[in-house]
Amino acid sequence: MERNPMRRQLAIMRQSLFDQGHVDEQFVQLEELQDDANPNFVEEVVTLYYRDSARIILNIEQALERKPFDFRKLDAYMHQFKGSSSSIGAKKVKAESTLFREYCKSGNGEGCMRSFQQLKKEYATLRKKLGAYFQLARQAGPVETASRPK
Amino acid sequence: MNSSSGKSYMSTASSSVIWKAGGDVVADQFPAGLRVLVVDDDPTCLMILEKMLKACQYNVTKCNRAETALSMLRENRNGFDIVISDVHMPDMDGFKLLEHIGLEMDLPVIMMSADDGKNVVMKGVTHGACDYLIKPVRIEALKNIWQHVVRKRKNEWKDFEQSGSVEEGDRQPKQSEDADYSSSANEGNWKSSKRRKDDEDENDERDDTSTLKKPRVVWSVELHQQFVAAVNQLGIEKAVPKKILELMNVPGLTRENVASHLQKYRLYLRRLSGVSQHPSNLNNSFMNPQDATFGPLDLQALAATGQLPAQSLATLQAAGLGRSTAKSGIPIPLVDQRNIFSFENPKLRFGEAQQHVNNNKQMNLLHGIPTTMEPKQLASLHHTAQSMGNMNMPVLSHGSQSSQNNPLLMQMAQPQARGQMLNDSTVGLAPRLLSPMGQPMLSNGMATNVSPRNGVPENIRAPSYNPVSQTSSMLNFPMNHTSELPGNSFPLVSTPGISSLAPKVAFQEDVNSEIKGSVGFMPSYDIFNDLNQHKPQNWELQNVGMMFNTSQHSNSLQGNLDHTQSVLVQQGFSSGQNRNSTVISKAMFSAGDSTGHVNAQNGNQHLNSLLVDNTVRVKSERVADAAPANLYPDHFGQEDLMSALLKQVGSFFSLYDTDGDIILLILTSKFPIFLQQDVITPAENNDFDFDGYSIDNIPV
Repeated sequence: MERNPMRRQLAIMRQSLFDQGHVDEQFVQLEELQDDANPNFVEEVVTLYYRDSARIILNIEQALERKPFDFRKLDAYMHQFKGSSSSIGAKKVKAESTLFREYCKSGNGEGCMRSFQQLKKEYATLRKKLGAYFQLARQAGPVETASRPK
Repeated sequence: MNSSSGKSYMSTASSSVIWKAGGDVVADQFPAGLRVLVVDDDPTCLMILEKMLKACQYNVTKCNRAETALSMLRENRNGFDIVISDVHMPDMDGFKLLEHIGLEMDLPVIMMSADDGKNVVMKGVTHGACDYLIKPVRIEALKNIWQHVVRKRKNEWKDFEQSGSVEEGDRQPKQSEDADYSSSANEGNWKSSKRRKDDEDENDERDDTSTLKKPRVVWSVELHQQFVAAVNQLGIEKAVPKKILELMNVPGLTRENVASHLQKYRLYLRRLSGVSQHPSNLNNSFMNPQDATFGPLDLQALAATGQLPAQSLATLQAAGLGRSTAKSGIPIPLVDQRNIFSFENPKLRFGEAQQHVNNNKQMNLLHGIPTTMEPKQLASLHHTAQSMGNMNMPVLSHGSQSSQNNPLLMQMAQPQARGQMLNDSTVGLAPRLLSPMGQPMLSNGMATNVSPRNGVPENIRAPSYNPVSQTSSMLNFPMNHTSELPGNSFPLVSTPGISSLAPKVAFQEDVNSEIKGSVGFMPSYDIFNDLNQHKPQNWELQNVGMMFNTSQHSNSLQGNLDHTQSVLVQQGFSSGQNRNSTVISKAMFSAGDSTGHVNAQNGNQHLNSLLVDNTVRVKSERVADAAPANLYPDHFGQEDLMSALLKQVGSFFSLYDTDGDIILLILTSKFPIFLQQDVITPAENNDFDFDGYSIDNIPV
């Protein structure tokens, strides 16, 4: 347990990210890459992710506006998005991506739309939570990683 | 994405020295300093991977575009030890990149993807990836990638030994154990008996190289042509590095260079002959042209299952195509299947361009072997062939024909508007081409068993013979891609037309017979492994014209052929027995798309019909090492067309009827072309690695 209240809070925040299923083990991998040379590595990666994935989200949105759906293309976009999301450990987002792809494969347009809406929600939620987390982390100063969630 | 500049590679000179030395010199530092090139269009993944690799103490260079990666690799052939690449990339399919790298640089490549489907993983295997990682990649998975580098070097060393003069005693056991290169083992046997006296020289050289990683010699088109000519002259069985070296008479080239190159070549031939391994497959297989996505897969499947477009081939063969006219080893130019697939559309029909024919690994060996046929050569070949019936001659060996230094195909192709050929419907092309081409085209009478690319067995390096029938499908890609051929690159004419040409078919008959003769190549290169039978036949692939590729991307690439470099591999042509299989050279299908297989199918079908006639003789042109572009330069009015076509295509097979008129011309889409600016870089000889090929300047 961190003695510093800020750090303690940070640890709690972090733990809840895991407990609530927003992030998975891959997130820990990123944290482990963080070191003195790159003290904000995780934040940098996540920032890059949100910047780059916004483009894919847009592509998907546009593709969903064209009827009939080009499922192959949608699937391709989502595959890209999923790869990115999984690399930062975005667990819920990744799960929703998988679901979306299933719908694509079965040609279920309705399912795709629903799933995409849900995905965007999760995507936005995660962004908010991680944003708050990183902000606190910066305030709390350099700190060793909390214990790994089990 | 930022990518390191070339100079960063050199920064690890000190640590890389360790690697150069074979990895066992400085054990304590190993594997630190391993020079990794990571390619991924996803910036997030790229950033993470870079960090992870750095954490493993590797020397990392990241790249977000496959084209950039290829040019980096080409500029600095010995600058990297291993490549990690994503499968799905916008500018080039990861498998195509994989093929290119394998052929040109022979580096171990690890594929990555979020996709863990069995098919994709299988594709990685068949295309020659040494490993496949599922995203998200964990650092633990990266910690051990050095094993692939060590393994590869170890194998290369073994191969080298086997292909080189056989030392007494210590070499013997190795020959038998090399499962991958069975033919080379055989060769090694006879080699050893013949080369006893050379052993000691080679031993000495080998000792040096074993401890020191020499820089690779780049096998330019011309150089390869000389090599093939020499081999043809000697006869594949008798072609030992020392004699080849003497014949080639290239200053600065060492016997080791030749030995390793010979090894690759043999594998290539074997692969070609192996195509015919699956007779049953032939029949069905071609991939339907419509099944674009299949592309590479299909080929793979074909290759794996030996299904090559076999059907057509089989049919063709059955039709009696297999006339083995000239048994002399007609060198059949290997068509670089890679080119067949359009570079840009990995999803093209053929699926991903990388149609690796079954033996991915082996294919890699061949990669570097550009075979180009010079126009003159072709012409001469053609003539020869005609007289011989299918040429048995080692095309290359014939004096004029084998112009060793001709970027052959290139020349031819280039003059022609690239586009034109390509756009022609496949079928249309064929006839056109055929007529004038008549002779020159298939000088060799290649009996290439070019199995229509349809099934292109595995790597289908083989020329894109895609069955003509598919024509549209096949050609599609090549044609489409042809776009930019950089100056050097040979325009690959993916020409759909080619597909129609289905060189494969034709080749069978003639090829079989012919291939045998002249080329004398070992069946080690089996273009289509699965093609039926091949085994005996060596040449299966005779890429006819391996034209070079230059897939569209070439534009972006500076002058180098980068993408699709067509590699014309001359196939040994196995004794022409009916190789239905398309000998299609393992040409790499550099082309992005799967075009390879599709074509194959088309080709086969088409061929079948053609062959049925029995009047058609397929002559596969052997594209001598050099750019096939020059295959047929002057003889026919269509030369220009051909050239253009060839340019685009990279390689082609032409089918001639009994009158010697060319009936069908199958152009394979871009082939990677290996051209080297510097023919030989003395310091580059690397025993461990196979010669690298790069197409930087293709003399036209």
